[in-house]
Amino acid sequence: MSPCYRDKLFITGFKAAACITVLSLMFIIFFLIYESSSILTSTNLSQYLLDESWHPTDGEFLLTPMIVGSVLIMFGAMLFSIPLGIFTAILIHYYAPVWIAHLLQRIVEILGGIPSVVFGFWGIIMIVPFLASIQAPGTSLLAGVLVLTLIVFPGMTLFACSALQQVNKLHIQNAIALGLSRFSIIKHIILPQAKPGLLTGMILQSGRAIGETLAVLMVCGNVVQIPGSLFEPVRTLTSNIALEMAYAMDEHRSALFLSGLLLMFVVLGLVLLSEKFKSVPITE
Amino acid sequence: MFFYFRFLFIVVLIGCENPTQQSSENTSDTLSGKLIITGSSTVAPLASELAKKFEDLHKQVKVDVQTGGSSRGIADVRRQVSDIGMVSRKLKAAENDLTPHLLAIDGVSIIVNAKNPVLELTAQQIRDIYLKKIVNWQSINGVDKEITVINKAEGRSTLEVFTKHFQLKNRDIKPDVIIGDNEQGIKLVANNPNAIAYVSIGAAEYSVQHGVNVKALPLNGVPANTQNLAEKRFPLSRELNFVTLGEVSPLSEAFLHFSRSSQIKPIVEEYGFVALLSR
Repeated sequence: MSPCYRDKLFITGFKAAACITVLSLMFIIFFLIYESSSILTSTNLSQYLLDESWHPTDGEFLLTPMIVGSVLIMFGAMLFSIPLGIFTAILIHYYAPVWIAHLLQRIVEILGGIPSVVFGFWGIIMIVPFLASIQAPGTSLLAGVLVLTLIVFPGMTLFACSALQQVNKLHIQNAIALGLSRFSIIKHIILPQAKPGLLTGMILQSGRAIGETLAVLMVCGNVVQIPGSLFEPVRTLTSNIALEMAYAMDEHRSALFLSGLLLMFVVLGLVLLSEKFKSVPITE
Repeated sequence: MFFYFRFLFIVVLIGCENPTQQSSENTSDTLSGKLIITGSSTVAPLASELAKKFEDLHKQVKVDVQTGGSSRGIADVRRQVSDIGMVSRKLKAAENDLTPHLLAIDGVSIIVNAKNPVLELTAQQIRDIYLKKIVNWQSINGVDKEITVINKAEGRSTLEVFTKHFQLKNRDIKPDVIIGDNEQGIKLVANNPNAIAYVSIGAAEYSVQHGVNVKALPLNGVPANTQNLAEKRFPLSRELNFVTLGEVSPLSEAFLHFSRSSQIKPIVEEYGFVALLSR
């Protein structure tokens, strides 16, 4: 096999891989649109926001509580995991002794590798009974937020770590030479420079949070309602799909695909948003 | 590169042609071909197990089992997309175009945490609990704790059996938790001393026997177990049916016959259902 021929073979392989990536995304979007088309073309699209409640077997399809549920859980989880992730990353990079930093980083990586269903199971056994002892029934928005925080924060930490690594070492050395304290170096030099990377991480992890299904389904209670407090159950768009898809027919099925399409566009929007931050130059 | 693709193309062609050749050649005495079974996810695990055993007996047969609920089972058989439908209830009057083949009986049992002192609930109490007219265990067992009501997601056949028997409407039920499958309900009840749920009797009995922290409540004085189900004494129960449309192919006929033979009884019982063989 001549080198030239082998080169061509490789290039064809790479092109094929790229094509498969693009095609699979196209195919999924096309499939979601196709499956929900019967709804998208119908005139009363507003029923998904105006119906009285979500009772698909009675022909009522109100999606609002699920949209609110998804958004609340996502924001709740990000509220906890953003500071947790950034602080852990700062600790790993600038405060902890080398061996502790290594250990911490490995632990975070392992946490990130645990399947989310394990967190869900742990949530049922530990978090839900604990919350139930404060206020019944335990399966609630708060339980979902706590479990989701554990799922999302390792990823947030790793994103923050790589953002901190990209900070210009020369600037840090100069600041040390000027006798600035460690805290003011972090506050005035490192964090502003790492900002684009941190923002990208936050946005991508938000996409992860809103897409998480199984663990959330296990601990959130899944009652279709806009929760009045942190201790009330909620249902997210993803749990709704997972709970009902196996039994859904006709319009009900299309409604579930519509919520899938909605999620797809939210995640797509988040990814595009993160691209916007990436283009900001890292050094001044 | 080109050779590779041509090779692939030939493989695909061979792959496509093979089954048709086989089926035309093997029409002698053994059964062959493909059987598609769709429908209720309650019946599907059992049907898959039966299918495996059936495939072992008839090497030329491929059985494909897909879930999607009883309604899909019926719709697929009517549209002739599938050969046999799985339906986890009695056929309705409007479905008399289909032929039911009773496979087994399944029951729904009310479960509470094993620590809950309650021994039995009346139908009225169960109704009131699910309608949130009774919100505290105090009036029932003297424990001053709020009741956690666990309901099933819309479309599940256990929900249908439950609501129909207790004359409830799903939209009137005010649950604290909505679950998908039986296992999820059992886990929640095992970890919450104040919860109440309803699950398939098979699943409940299996959990109780394996030391899970739940207990199944009797109904109208009849203990919720598979034996009472078999003797048709337990009120909260449902039929598990295979359904077919019109003339049945020899292959489907053979499978239906197999599913009624005595050798499948242990398999049916393994799933917590009650086999019905005396026909």
